[in-house]
Amino acid sequence: MKILVPVKRVVDYNVKVRVKKDETDVELDNVKMSMNPFDEIAVEEALRLKEKGVASEIIAVSIGLPEVQETIRNALAMGADSGIFVNCTSKLEPLSVAKILTSIGNKIKPDLVIMGKQAIDDDMNATGQMLSAMLNWGQATFASKLEIQDKKIKVGREIDGGIENIEVNLPAIVTTDLRLNEPRYASLPNIMKAKRKPIDEIKVEDLKIDIEPKLEILKVEEPKSREAGIMVKSVDEMIEKLKNEAKVI
Amino acid sequence: MLFELTETQKNIVEAAKKISSRFDDNYWLDLDLKSEFPFEFYNEVAKSGWLGMCMPEEYGGANLGIQEAALFMQNITRNGGGMSAASSIHINIFGPHPIVVHGTKTQKKNWLPNLISGNDKTCFGVTEPDAGLDTGKIKTTASKIQGGYLINGQKIWTSTAKIANKILLLARTSELGETKSNIDGLTLFYTDFDSTKIEVREIKKMGRGSVDSNQIFFDNLEISEEDRIGEEGKGFRYILDSLNPERILIAAEALGIGKDALEKAVKYANERIVFDRPIGKNQSIQHPLAELWIELEAAELLISKAAYQYDKGQNSGGLANAAKYYAAEVAFKTATQAVVTLGGMGYAKEYHVERLLRESLIPKLAPVSSQMILNYISEKILHLPRSY
Ligand SMILES: Cc1cc2nc3c(=O)[nH]c(=O)nc-3n(C[C@H](O)[C@H](O)[C@H](O)COP(=O)(O)OP(=O)(O)OC[C@H]3O[C@@H](n4cnc5c(N)ncnc54)[C@H](O)[C@@H]3O)c2cc1C
Repeated sequence: MKILVPVKRVVDYNVKVRVKKDETDVELDNVKMSMNPFDEIAVEEALRLKEKGVASEIIAVSIGLPEVQETIRNALAMGADSGIFVNCTSKLEPLSVAKILTSIGNKIKPDLVIMGKQAIDDDMNATGQMLSAMLNWGQATFASKLEIQDKKIKVGREIDGGIENIEVNLPAIVTTDLRLNEPRYASLPNIMKAKRKPIDEIKVEDLKIDIEPKLEILKVEEPKSREAGIMVKSVDEMIEKLKNEAKVI
Repeated sequence: MLFELTETQKNIVEAAKKISSRFDDNYWLDLDLKSEFPFEFYNEVAKSGWLGMCMPEEYGGANLGIQEAALFMQNITRNGGGMSAASSIHINIFGPHPIVVHGTKTQKKNWLPNLISGNDKTCFGVTEPDAGLDTGKIKTTASKIQGGYLINGQKIWTSTAKIANKILLLARTSELGETKSNIDGLTLFYTDFDSTKIEVREIKKMGRGSVDSNQIFFDNLEISEEDRIGEEGKGFRYILDSLNPERILIAAEALGIGKDALEKAVKYANERIVFDRPIGKNQSIQHPLAELWIELEAAELLISKAAYQYDKGQNSGGLANAAKYYAAEVAFKTATQAVVTLGGMGYAKEYHVERLLRESLIPKLAPVSSQMILNYISEKILHLPRSY
């Protein structure tokens, strides 16, 4: 079984993100970048399937500027077998990413795509669902448990008040939730092996698909800074303020 | 000139950060208080192959340079682990260097894979109470017997002797004064730590409670000839070969402590409100931290240049010593300033900077003192007359 794992390079989750002065975007210069944490979980799940003997090959794919190859190398250092780098300089959004992944999917024909439920930079939570529609494959989103039994995957999904268990035929798209697993870090032997693993480069123009952005960003703003709280003297005063000032009760 | 890390180096930094993030400040504080060895941490590092970083590939190592090892050690110490984290694994990473260079094929085959896997834990017995930094004057003797040697004498400060099953040991095979130079009568051994013949007494010490340092006493320990590394009488010279990389590693460990202390101080300075303002708004709080940031960056450059020289096979003596001296001084200064920045809380164990301060003194003292490094730079680099 072949598994495709899309990985995205995003601002590291520890970085305190700042908005650019001109409010067109967030500041990316000299900011530490890492693999999207949900994608790390996806890579980990694929590796576990390989270790169980269910999967035989794991391919990591990333789309963007040459720097994204670093993210692919990270996946290779964790244990993925090979990488695909889609060289693309234009601005990306879920629809164009889903289109590019569809084209890759049709080419390499994976049995399963495991990907993050969302990227922590734009929090779109859309690419997996779009990809499933375009490939016409089943989808199991927000997976917190995953099992594979002859051509079917069983996925536990975290929903309000419990776990929903569903079954989907392969090939399929799975998007990962936070509690699916705890990703491993790269071991030294795997880091050394990663240097010799192949990354294929594809130019996005060669895929001949329309990736013209459909979304326009009007403005990016800092969230309002929180104002200082006040101390109330009694429960009565608090109720009065909640009613008349905050108007929440 | 390239300041960019290679992809492998970036991966190493990431992995070191991830490992250390699994063992937080409280893990280290707890072990420090209980004086218990960090076995979980040690096993995690061993399991993912890091102990063999600098060992040859044919024995299961990764044959990386000291630059990579330094990056690993800096990032393994900088998340609360300090010298406790460093010293629990340090000896495996570069200690076996004399075996790699001077050991026979059989010795390497028998010894290195177990050190790389972490199954064997070794300690390093050089320092003696009556010799101190004047290693040429050590008294522990290895007297020749049929097929081997008989060891008698004592060592001091031998770290990890309480938990080690092996010892890398420097002992005297000729009488003091018998050889032209004092350092020529010494021989290096790597042998089983036979606790029926070696008595271990732990030294109660200021910091790094989790990694023991000891006085050890040898009572007729027999060592077979097969456990001698290289030639008789050349042991100290073999150790000298691995001094520069060891200095660089210690420097990187100190740098990690310094960066950790600075980070903790900055975080507190931003959060602590006194006189209705964060204390970090006062220049007397922020300027010392800004200066230390500069000094830590400078220490990092010294370390990477020294490592570059060593990995290229150039003479790295000057810079390796300079890096060790400077990083140790800056780590100590930063840890002190962190305590000061946190005020009274800096003195409380649960804020962790006092522990870093206690541990940051180790790189100033060992394996060689700051004074001896200044002696070295004066004599060997500046060509001033030797002072001792
Ligand atoms: C935590 C810890 C762990 C250690 N682990 C090990 C270990 O695993 N194995 C091991 O073999 N050793 C170990 N050591 C020992 C360490 O290497 C020695 O403490 C160090 O080499 C200094 O020796 P000494 O303590 O005898 O100092 P001394 O030689 O007695 O020196 C005392 C002071 O005098 C100064 N001094 C001496 N001579 C001169 C001179 N000519 N010019 C200027 N100043 C001078 C020194 O710089 C120092 O400040 C450890 C030490 C510590 C603190």
